[in-house]
Amino acid sequence: MDWSQGGYGFYVWGAYLFALLAIGGEVLALTRRRKQILEQRKSAGEITKGRSNETTS
Amino acid sequence: MNLYKYASPANFYPLAGKIIPWFAIPAAVLFAVGLYVGFFVAPTDAQQGDVYRIMFIHVPAAWMGMFLYVLMAIYAGVGWAFNARLSSMMATSISVTGASFTFLSLITGAFWGKPTWGTWWVWDARMTSTLILLFLYVGFISLQASIDDPRRADRAGAVLALVGVINVPIIYYSVQWWNTLHQGATIRILNKPTIAPKMLAALLIMLAACWLYSVAVVLVRLRYIILEREQNAARFAEVIA
Repeated sequence: MDWSQGGYGFYVWGAYLFALLAIGGEVLALTRRRKQILEQRKSAGEITKGRSNETTS
Repeated sequence: MNLYKYASPANFYPLAGKIIPWFAIPAAVLFAVGLYVGFFVAPTDAQQGDVYRIMFIHVPAAWMGMFLYVLMAIYAGVGWAFNARLSSMMATSISVTGASFTFLSLITGAFWGKPTWGTWWVWDARMTSTLILLFLYVGFISLQASIDDPRRADRAGAVLALVGVINVPIIYYSVQWWNTLHQGATIRILNKPTIAPKMLAALLIMLAACWLYSVAVVLVRLRYIILEREQNAARFAEVIA
């Protein structure tokens, strides 16, 4: 494979770099969203636990 | 087997979790194979040289942008008409991936346009209608985000999605209806393709990879939307953990 793409390397690799950013960015955003949800669930669980302790004491 | 039970977000959530790897892993494999065929097997184009290899990401991105919009409109319409929550959630999930592919098609098109046409952008029918498609996606996402009540947001989004679907045939036929700088369709359903078989193989493999990837990420996002929206989501906490 000719890495310079016949002199069009900037355009070809530029286009694929944006593709990588779009796909990688979407996957990364989903991973961060998962983390956020897990943290929210965790804190919500702690609050519920705290409230149940309050009512029982 | 009663398939209707999967119309419920609570029942669809674990099913989606099981399905995702069946799309994500083949997508990764096909992306690798498609890029290999596209860069190492497909010959250099006699007219455009190697710059035509942008086609292997540009064309699948453009097709996915249009296809996902139609799919989003169908799900949004079904969700609105039948008050089906999962269908509306699916439309919301599809919108982000569709917008991403449409944006990618415009960017890669600009990278292809500069060396072949001498300009990054022209206001021709194909490009302008694709830009409108991106605005429709952004409008759908923004509209849904701006309304607090998810059911009202779904209904408002459905109206926009259904009205905007008229833009998809305009994009597809723009190169036939108007005299555009953008080239006509190389591959048509009824006619024989006009590109070399190795180039076509790379293109179709990349298209399959983009399709599989879309299904996987849409399902992952759908699971998060279900978790965020469903009030009794506590029962899912164990599943996601």
